[in-house]
Amino acid sequence: MPGEAAIINVVARTSLWLQPHRIVLILIALGLVLGATFFMRWDWLPQYYEMGLLGIWRSLWILAVTCVLGFLLAVPLGLAQATGSFWFAAPAKVFCTVIRGTPLLIQLWLLYYGLGSLFPQYPWIRESWMWPYLRQAWPYGVLALTLSFAGYEGEVMRGAFAGVPKGQLEAARAFGMTRWKTFRRIWLPQAFYRALPTLTGETVLQLKSTPLVATISVIDIFAVSSKVRQDTYLTYEPLLLLALIYMTITGILVFAFSRIEARIPNKIG
Amino acid sequence: MTAADASNSGTTLIDALLSASAAGIIELLSPYPPGWGGALLVGLLHSIEIALGATCLGLLIGTAGAYGKLYGGPVVRDLLAVYTTIVRAVPELVLILLLYYAGTDLINQALTAMGYQRVDISGLAAGIAVLGFVQGAYSTEVIRGAILAIPQGQIEAARAYGMSPGLLLRRITLPAMLPFAIPGLANLWLIATKDTALLAVVGFYELALATRQAAGVTKAYFTFFFAAGVLYLLLSLFSNLIIGRIEAWSRRGMPSLKEAR
Repeated sequence: MPGEAAIINVVARTSLWLQPHRIVLILIALGLVLGATFFMRWDWLPQYYEMGLLGIWRSLWILAVTCVLGFLLAVPLGLAQATGSFWFAAPAKVFCTVIRGTPLLIQLWLLYYGLGSLFPQYPWIRESWMWPYLRQAWPYGVLALTLSFAGYEGEVMRGAFAGVPKGQLEAARAFGMTRWKTFRRIWLPQAFYRALPTLTGETVLQLKSTPLVATISVIDIFAVSSKVRQDTYLTYEPLLLLALIYMTITGILVFAFSRIEARIPNKIG
Repeated sequence: MTAADASNSGTTLIDALLSASAAGIIELLSPYPPGWGGALLVGLLHSIEIALGATCLGLLIGTAGAYGKLYGGPVVRDLLAVYTTIVRAVPELVLILLLYYAGTDLINQALTAMGYQRVDISGLAAGIAVLGFVQGAYSTEVIRGAILAIPQGQIEAARAYGMSPGLLLRRITLPAMLPFAIPGLANLWLIATKDTALLAVVGFYELALATRQAAGVTKAYFTFFFAAGVLYLLLSLFSNLIIGRIEAWSRRGMPSLKEAR
């Protein structure tokens, strides 16, 4: 009876976890939540509900796009640092050092206010097809977050590429694989598996960086909560709800990545 | 666009960059009043002060937290788990806003309840407290891992010598965990220096806010944000230099990493 055994297992684990002091702590937490629900003002919720959902959607969209683009940029950065000649490795190293050595907020403002203020001086930029995009804030936000993710992940990928055992690559060459095929079938997948655990952390860090785009007037969920605070003069309620939303997203991300990690072959190297 | 147009726009670009550069930039960045270099340096000083204070506070919280997580009772352990989980799952920007408002509010309510006047909390103290609280959660995990990496025999030997817990902490645990903790703590210090920039959003006067003000007044956005980036980068590179020294010092007497491999 595997099902029965599983149920007994779950019950046993739950009873181990649910010690008396935890029950008290959970009750206290429930009391706090109920107190917050009844004694704080939540009447603004229906009015800002749709704006909030749109904000969450934008935050998630920015997170997904910048993580994917940043990772695609991190692969050549890591490869250049791991094996490239000096002329490839040095620029990649400088890029990673600069990105990791300066605050994201400064990078964001440098791109948006700095570059953004230089562009309109040139008529040929204003007449080009890019201008409708360059006038908005979100391309700068996406660019800054992508570069930042690439800088941090490039360093991780450098270690991951360097960590793949030489024997694997030699075996691939002995099989007569071309360099591109070796990279595609052997080197990149194994490096990716090695980098996956850190990728979880990096993605959560990236999620925690997304509210910075609110400082350059992109309306993400953080900006929505700021608007609620300005409109209603409430301090705590929007911020607490915002914290709860970010915690939920973090929880989902960590859970999803743990499922992906469980599926990869764990005997690497 | 014709070739003539292109070359024309190219020369205007160079002209604009040149006119903005050289004399103009030096004048803007000069440390004496017409220039804004002095304001930036004061901002950098404030950033370093806040980062230093926050890291020290974070180390205190982290050491206490790690001890609580390792040796505390079940309630302390669970509360610390809640603290580290929540702080590490919520963006620093949100935490800074929440803690800043909640902290100043609570202190003022306590003061009025005790019959004192309301006080204005200084930006420096509030910044250090808020960032220190955030850093504390991360350092708790780093120090907990480092203490677990100490060979258990060393702590047992100290206990066998009859050392009191305080002496054990001072003579054995802290020095022995240091080589394991330094890389993580160094990372946290770099994060702290960069997180000070977030305090600009709440209105603390530090490098990012100083830069923003200077750029807003002079309209030379690119120059000033670039200069601020260079200052932050220099701070990071200088920190790396110092950290290398500290790491070598903390590992004195141990086999070097290259030999250990």
